[in-house]
Amino acid sequence: MSTQTEPATEGRFGRFGGRMMPEALMAALDELTVAWREAMADPAFTGEFQRMLREYAGVPSLLYDATKLSEVAGARILLKREDLNHTGAHKIRNVLGQALLTRRMGKTRVIAETGAGQHGVASATAAAYLGLDCVVYMGEVDTQRQALNVARMHLLGAEVVSVKSGSRTLKDAINEAIRDWVATVDHTAYLFGTAAGPHPFPSMVRDFCRGIGDEARAQCLELTGALPDAAVACVGGGSNAIGLFAGFLDDGAVDLVGCEAAGDGVDTMRHAATIYAHQFGVLHGARTFVLQDEDGQTVESHSISAGLDYPGVGPQHAYLSETGRATYRPVTDKQAMDAFALLSRTEGIIPAIESAHAVAGALQLARERPGSTILVNLSGRGDKDMGTAIDWFGLGEARPDDDAGSA
Amino acid sequence: MSTATAFEKARADERAALVGYLPAGFPDVAGGIEAMTAMVDAGCDVIEVGLPYSDPVMDGPTIQAAAQMALEGGVRITDVLRTVEAVAATGTPTVVMTYWNPVLRYGVDRFARDLATAGGAGLITPDLVPDEADDWVAAADEHGLDKVFLVAPSSTDDRLRRTTQACRGFVYATAVMGVTGARESTSSLAGPLVERTRAVTELPVGVGLGVSTGDQAAEVARFADGVIVGSAFVRRVLDAGSDRAAGLAALSALTRDLAEGVRRA
Repeated sequence: MSTQTEPATEGRFGRFGGRMMPEALMAALDELTVAWREAMADPAFTGEFQRMLREYAGVPSLLYDATKLSEVAGARILLKREDLNHTGAHKIRNVLGQALLTRRMGKTRVIAETGAGQHGVASATAAAYLGLDCVVYMGEVDTQRQALNVARMHLLGAEVVSVKSGSRTLKDAINEAIRDWVATVDHTAYLFGTAAGPHPFPSMVRDFCRGIGDEARAQCLELTGALPDAAVACVGGGSNAIGLFAGFLDDGAVDLVGCEAAGDGVDTMRHAATIYAHQFGVLHGARTFVLQDEDGQTVESHSISAGLDYPGVGPQHAYLSETGRATYRPVTDKQAMDAFALLSRTEGIIPAIESAHAVAGALQLARERPGSTILVNLSGRGDKDMGTAIDWFGLGEARPDDDAGSA
Repeated sequence: MSTATAFEKARADERAALVGYLPAGFPDVAGGIEAMTAMVDAGCDVIEVGLPYSDPVMDGPTIQAAAQMALEGGVRITDVLRTVEAVAATGTPTVVMTYWNPVLRYGVDRFARDLATAGGAGLITPDLVPDEADDWVAAADEHGLDKVFLVAPSSTDDRLRRTTQACRGFVYATAVMGVTGARESTSSLAGPLVERTRAVTELPVGVGLGVSTGDQAAEVARFADGVIVGSAFVRRVLDAGSDRAAGLAALSALTRDLAEGVRRA
């Protein structure tokens, strides 16, 4: 019984979703929708997708009973270890699915946008693995902040284009990728990095990521003999969250909780809590909530986490918030960084700062509902975030050797 | 006044109509009005007023730069409407080219009403297809505004039929698969697209994307009812920099060249 959560009209989630895109792309979006549906109904495709996930990406990821964090939190916290996947995050699921579909459609080139570089690295990885040409659009500001990921993409054989228009960050990288796609759509697929954009991307990305939730549900039942009381994930565009939620949508007793990036705080201008701000609009091809000014100009978002620093949100999340099936709460930079440190110290797991927002949300839930079972999607690992951590915590200065010369 | 009147007039003269685009507020609101008025005086049959938007996915670097300059200058939707009012007062049909979110945010019906009050002819909507446009269609019909949707070389015959059925005023044919911007040669995709469009509608078909010279305009005018020029006008203003008089002179000269082109075909 999934009628509550599936689009009534194709590509629509209530008043959200749709295809707010140039006519030039409509034929390609139709073609993609048909190809995706046929592929998902073809055991040869789904079997190959599962084989790649298993043999190449290290999926299913573990569900880890975080007993030491649980002791501190006062509730049982289970971590879905997507941080252990190849390339370090859940995003490999989405890109392998989309790249495999690209090959099935006979296209030879993929383009992608990236903010921090994680989706770009994942796309470059999938392209290398499946023998596709790959161009990644990245805001100029981000190429400077994330030079290491630019180098990774180069090593994987991708071309990285530094985008100098607009705010020179993720949203402008998406604009530039769309511009490329309009001109190259006959031989190029756009590997969209999150569960946003025009139909079929929100549904397709969800379906490629839903292994997170399906696996976690089965693993939780096996481990605890019951479903969790809540399933928690961070939400930028919302691919890892919708992948997790998809496994639990029909389990009404499982609360679905999304954690948005509140930056300096939702009462400041510097945040990325799109659902919290609750302004209906259009961004990158979908009707959804958008951070915008009085004239409908997109406002720049702010978050310590580049992966959550996006002024829109996937339309199904907007819909789930409106129906009340899922709730969304803002988590500030400070709350996320505190959780980042706590998980590192208690469990020896350094999460991505994105995922640390979900951990922080789980800690809040634990205080509200002591003794409950809270399943958290640890969507990525924190290696890429060490520069930010050094700045935030003032890390990296080794203690001087006090014994020097005393022997 | 509907853009249809300009196309009818051009058709009576046995030539194509010249449609000229500039964003409002570029280089500033008054300068934009002056520039568009100069284009009217030098021979544009329809003026397209761009509504500058933060995320213009159909525009190439030239128009992006102009829109960004306008936004940095603080242009508001009310300024766009003020620009429409001033240009429409010349008697030349004036349409607004806009991405959808600013209209949605302003209020679709409120926008339609205020645009009609300003004397605007209607809207060209690059990221709104008729499938998604129920609220706009209703508002446009109520206020008697043109609904100009885009068709593309990739449009199927079925989509061409449905899209043109939803249009009023004219049909905007995007001649290339790509974003706005001047191109060396006119597209080989334009002719067949116009032909396929004509097969399903009586409405005039304007061709845009890439035209920057009188010769290109003449080439397009041989098979289309309208020649739409944007980036080339924007480029004249950008190149003139702070020398406003030089910019206006360059705009007028380009308009005359293009107007001569649509008459040469």
